[in-house]
Amino acid sequence: MQRIGVFVCHCGTNIAATVDVAKVAEMALNEQGVVHAEDYQYMCSEAGQAKIQAAIKEKNLTGIVVCSCSPRMHETTFREAAERAGLNPYMVEIANIREHCSWIHKDVEEATKKAVILMRAAVAKVNLNAPLKPGESRVTKRALVIGGGIAGIQTALDIADAGYKVDIVEKTPSIGGRMSQLDKTFPTLDCSACILTPKMVEVNKHENVTIYTYSEVEKVSGFVGDFTVDIRKKARSVDMDKCTGCGVCQEKCPSKKTLSEFNRGLNTRSAIYTPFAQAIPNVPVIDRDSCMKFQTGKCGVCSKVCQAGAIDYEQQDEIITEKYGAIVVATGFDMIKLDNYDEYAYSQSPDVITSLELERVMNAAGPTKGHLERLSDGKAPKEMVFIQCVGSRCSDDRGKSYCSKICCMYTAKHAMLIRDKYPDVNVTVFYIDVRTPGKNFDEFYRRAVEDYGVNYIKGQVGKVIPQPDGKLLVRGVDLIDNKQILKEADMVVLAAAIEPNPDVRKIATMLTASIDTNNFLTEAHAKLRPVESPTAGIFLSGVCQGPKDIPETVSQAGAAAVKAIGLLAKDKLMTNPCTAHSDELMCNGCSQCANVCPYGAISYEVKEINDHGVRETRRVAVVNNALCQGCGACTVTCPSGAMDLQGFSNRQILAEVDAICR
Amino acid sequence: MSTLNNQTEQVKEISGVNPLKCMKCGKCSASCPSFNEMDIKPHQFVSYVQNEDIEALVNSKSLWKCLSCFACVERCPRDVKPGKLIDAARQIVIRQKGQDYLSPNEIPELLDPEIPQQLLVSAFRRYRR
Ligand SMILES: Cc1cc2nc3c(=O)[nH]c(=O)nc-3n(C[C@H](O)[C@H](O)[C@H](O)COP(=O)(O)OP(=O)(O)OC[C@H]3O[C@@H](n4cnc5c(N)ncnc54)[C@H](O)[C@@H]3O)c2cc1C
Ligand code: SF4
Ligand code: SF4
Ligand code: SF4
Ligand code: SF4
Repeated sequence: MQRIGVFVCHCGTNIAATVDVAKVAEMALNEQGVVHAEDYQYMCSEAGQAKIQAAIKEKNLTGIVVCSCSPRMHETTFREAAERAGLNPYMVEIANIREHCSWIHKDVEEATKKAVILMRAAVAKVNLNAPLKPGESRVTKRALVIGGGIAGIQTALDIADAGYKVDIVEKTPSIGGRMSQLDKTFPTLDCSACILTPKMVEVNKHENVTIYTYSEVEKVSGFVGDFTVDIRKKARSVDMDKCTGCGVCQEKCPSKKTLSEFNRGLNTRSAIYTPFAQAIPNVPVIDRDSCMKFQTGKCGVCSKVCQAGAIDYEQQDEIITEKYGAIVVATGFDMIKLDNYDEYAYSQSPDVITSLELERVMNAAGPTKGHLERLSDGKAPKEMVFIQCVGSRCSDDRGKSYCSKICCMYTAKHAMLIRDKYPDVNVTVFYIDVRTPGKNFDEFYRRAVEDYGVNYIKGQVGKVIPQPDGKLLVRGVDLIDNKQILKEADMVVLAAAIEPNPDVRKIATMLTASIDTNNFLTEAHAKLRPVESPTAGIFLSGVCQGPKDIPETVSQAGAAAVKAIGLLAKDKLMTNPCTAHSDELMCNGCSQCANVCPYGAISYEVKEINDHGVRETRRVAVVNNALCQGCGACTVTCPSGAMDLQGFSNRQILAEVDAICR
Repeated sequence: MSTLNNQTEQVKEISGVNPLKCMKCGKCSASCPSFNEMDIKPHQFVSYVQNEDIEALVNSKSLWKCLSCFACVERCPRDVKPGKLIDAARQIVIRQKGQDYLSPNEIPELLDPEIPQQLLVSAFRRYRR
């Protein structure tokens, strides 16, 4: 028989304004096993915890129920308080009467009724609780960073500087990410490559960092502190150790018709290529789909011209298996496809481009060598129109519901740079709102207007109509003047919405990390744990978590590193004792539980079983407690009721249901 | 006031539009082929309904200048459908006239070189049973 104490928290007025807390405490005394009940203003305060501890000692309590906020907030607080008073922490249950009750109801009588029911369920469960003891697991002192953009680079550098080993896995042939494609960066207008390449070099040279480019994560198993990851290193067809990076192969390669990914398809590249001059590593890859040798068997020019003998057509993909204590996701973003926005004529005219394409056009290493010109006829534009919020802030099914956050600033940057370099070009920006919070950001936008004469018009564009003479007729509205505007432009630039790299779905599934409806990775707490995934040991860095500019990305990357370092610095982790175990006598070896276990924690053993005097050899399920995360998938799957979860046994859950239905 | 309120509710009901979704971007007005003929512009249809001033919509030139082309409905990023609001205001006027929404005999009277052909076609489609 348990001796249970019930503690009802007011949470100031958060609970007490909607729930009659004294009534809940009073009702608790009618429940089985309850020998003590009280309510208090703030149970989580020092004084509140002292009350719990005093009651445990004075009344020899064997279990407690705290009726308060979500266990996500204070379960640990109350478990630790109980432990200090000599009670096993797993004898503590939380009845969530705030998030599940007072915050979502208005009627005091109804809410109080519900709070009593929630209290009752928790008491019913504690009656069946047994003390549990957490085990220990080791921590592999090595981190994995997925994605080698500025976010991944910064996180890796910070972890490496703290003395831990870090591996970066980058899908493309070079690290650098989107930032390597940018020309100049707001708010200071320094050249993107000039500030990015020193970081790329530093991370490449760092003794604690290993970079796998042209590689992808293929499989992840294990759990916080002890992940095992398979990395597929795709065949580069070039020997990294022999190649000197001279670039002769790329010059001589006769297959030069593949659209350049780096230049957003605005020009072409050879089949053997390094995406950009400052690429790290400076070793080309052969794109086998465009290489004549791989497609037709005839060519082999690169191998002939390569002085270093680095070309290796026989190279195979390689699988590297490595253990990690922490994993950081930094897979970044892409621009949305504009297929749904035909009114802006993106697919009809080469002179309607996205902002990222404009970055390449303005860049000295880009398709026009940095000259601002129309991609249709190479002519210098006289009139340029920018359209903001293309595909952002939409509640229809064509676009994204969120504000992409960076486009107001980069559009101001583009407009300013063009007016500075080509003062005779007129620049018009159509905007819905100009959103420029941030240090020196609004000043930056105002400079575009006041010092550079950029014409900002409050209103949207309805249609862009390509004209027979090659001009683009832009029909927009000026909402301040309440006038429709017809403007002939030479180029139109669309600030298209950004979205998480579509790959992130695959990655999230492998990591059992959650993503939101927009495919952004979800943080463990929107305010208090913004760089951690709800899955232990997984951290978030950069735009994969939400739209960000570079300064914000770098700050978040550092924060993710600190969290990973905090984990790697531990020698051992306490493991969750609420794991599954199967009853040998009931298990029929059907394998259903192993099929549903997301952590691969279940295996089978052939064992001699003594079933009530009958000796038999049977195949039975065995759970590896180190791998089991206590998700409970197996317990609900098991057709024979053999699988059960410690701390959440079938009996306990049913007792809760009974208490609710009573 | 109560009849006005009533009309606002009527417009919302007939059109199925929630005017609060509008973010005042103006894409509807930027798309409207009849913009220059209108006294109240498509994005203002929404604010007039928000301000419960259906009377003004009912008496506007726009009521008869809208082509029901629904370019505004198509392009609105917030799925507001301003064209349906003016359409609803028009229906209120027509309903007040009784069951006979539009008879062919009225047409010659209404004919005016300024009225776009499509409006008549659209009116026929909508207001004849
Ligand atoms: C047009 C434009 C202009 C901009 N201008 C500015 C500016 O002036 N100033 C500013 O502060 N910000 C600017 N930004 C924002 C800036 O680009 C981002 O803040 C920054 O690039 C975010 O870095 P990231 O590392 O999070 O993402 P990314 O740069 O996207 O890097 C992600 C990396 O992960 C890799 N990856 C993706 N999936 C996988 C996978 N499955 N496995 C392995 N690797 C993977 C990608 O290949 C990439 O290298 C601009 C953005 C755009 C679009
Ligand atoms: S073998 Fe392939 S990559 Fe090499 S030069 Fe020929 S086409 Fe280019
Ligand atoms: S940042 Fe500016 S342009 Fe981009 S979606 Fe937000 S408001 Fe629109
Ligand atoms: S297009 Fe839609 S959101 Fe924009 S002003 Fe018109 S009704 Fe409002
Ligand atoms: S439906 Fe009417 S208001 Fe809407 S764009 Fe067409 S003419 Fe203009």
